[in-house]
Amino acid sequence: MTEIARNIPRPTPETAPFWDGCREGRLLIQQCTGCGHRQFYPRLVCSQCQERPVWIEASGKATVESFTIVRQAVSPAYAADVPYVVALLRLAEGPVMMSNIVQCDPRLLTIGMPVTVVFEPMSAEITLPKFRPA
Amino acid sequence: MHPLRGKIAIVGAADSEVGAVPYLSATQLCVDAAFRAMADAGISKHQVDGLLTCNALAEPYMYHAEMIAEYLQIFPRYCLSVGAGGGTSFALVHHAACAIAAGLCDTVLIAMADTLRTGLSREQAFALMSSAGHPQFESPYGPSVPAFYALIARAHMARYGTTAEQLASVAVGARAYAARNPAAQKRDAITIEDVLASRMVADPLHVLDCSLVSDGGAAVILTSADRARDFQKTPAYLLGAGEGHNHEHISQAQSLTTSAAVESGQRAYAMAGVGPGDIDVAELYDCFTPVVLIELEDLGFCSKGEAGAFVLAGELGPEGQLPTNTHGGLLSHCHPGNPGSMFALTEAVRQLRGESTSQIPGAEVVLAHAQGGIMSSHTTLIVGGVSTR
Repeated sequence: MTEIARNIPRPTPETAPFWDGCREGRLLIQQCTGCGHRQFYPRLVCSQCQERPVWIEASGKATVESFTIVRQAVSPAYAADVPYVVALLRLAEGPVMMSNIVQCDPRLLTIGMPVTVVFEPMSAEITLPKFRPA
Repeated sequence: MHPLRGKIAIVGAADSEVGAVPYLSATQLCVDAAFRAMADAGISKHQVDGLLTCNALAEPYMYHAEMIAEYLQIFPRYCLSVGAGGGTSFALVHHAACAIAAGLCDTVLIAMADTLRTGLSREQAFALMSSAGHPQFESPYGPSVPAFYALIARAHMARYGTTAEQLASVAVGARAYAARNPAAQKRDAITIEDVLASRMVADPLHVLDCSLVSDGGAAVILTSADRARDFQKTPAYLLGAGEGHNHEHISQAQSLTTSAAVESGQRAYAMAGVGPGDIDVAELYDCFTPVVLIELEDLGFCSKGEAGAFVLAGELGPEGQLPTNTHGGLLSHCHPGNPGSMFALTEAVRQLRGESTSQIPGAEVVLAHAQGGIMSSHTTLIVGGVSTR
């Protein structure tokens, strides 16, 4: 049987700076040069005013918007991780991103709790930003 | 009055066999449903001059509608396949109505089917489950489709005090309707305790909070209201249709607990000239139990945060304020993926004809709502009987 692989991101010219940042331990988001709006995921233009954004380094601090404890893995590649936490995190800078919350007892998680970024290598090229209780 | 209101009618509607149908391919189920709908309408394939389909995940084709037309050996003048997840079928009704009104075609066949239960290879199944998230910014973290909806459920619980019992009551009610429908895939009665005791898939969603995985297809025939009188069955008139589109990926949603069903519903009500209080029966997209609560609220049947108590009080049952998913829904009738909401539409037609296995007496106005993705693409349809035209 074919081995089912993890879902490894394939950077594009648009997202490569983000993934380069993660590999260096820096969480990068975009900030608009026109209106100051901060956004994630990366886009060609600001989603609010259509001016060009630049990359800034986020603090890595976030709060839990919502979370779930996954008991049935999405594929065999994730089965050893069960139970694992998939969460939506609101960065201190404003944008929401999906990630895992790690280094925690999932039963103690609550919406609104503070978390902070940690970086976990997935391959030579890709490091995933994950979060742990702050 | 809206120029499309009451101008288009559904004159044929049918489902294929559903559940586990390993002896038919997705293409066969699609074509089988199509011929059943044509028989229901009393027409031959030669009268179909518009064809709308949705690709099958188990048996995809590059140009699916062209493939189905080729398979049927029909040569329509309007032919299109659309992919908007579970919202596809109702969006197609909207497009078909506009195409007929614009004179692009006279008689549209909408047909779709899939075989998610028996027709997917292991690799296809895992690839499909992994493909629901953003490939770079969601899927690497291992979210399953139930996990996406669990994020929504937990947010609704945290914000409004919605309980696991209230979510479970959605599944219990759907099963009670399915028990009366011989075509339904799951017909054994369940209780709230059964739902809460069932395996946890992604907290707070148990396996019985999740819809089925099915094979199946359905089809409808649409034409102008003026021509509808020449068909053999009582027409179901399209009174209102509205769409709302908010995001594709749940991490980009503006709200986890309020959806673009607000906008799709308002647009459909405005076109139909009716409000929530005029709806006799609802067919709401129920891929997971919390979705029904959000739709009840966003479509104006309950105030925000009150749908859990509404459902627990039995208001979706046959004697309730808003009988809902009278065929058993995606939770208990069947859910073959993208075609899932088609069965809500064929059930809406049956209610207006007086042919449902859970017939609501005097049903004249039925609201059907579908959404695709993760609360992403919403379409609300309002269909009515002869008196409403």
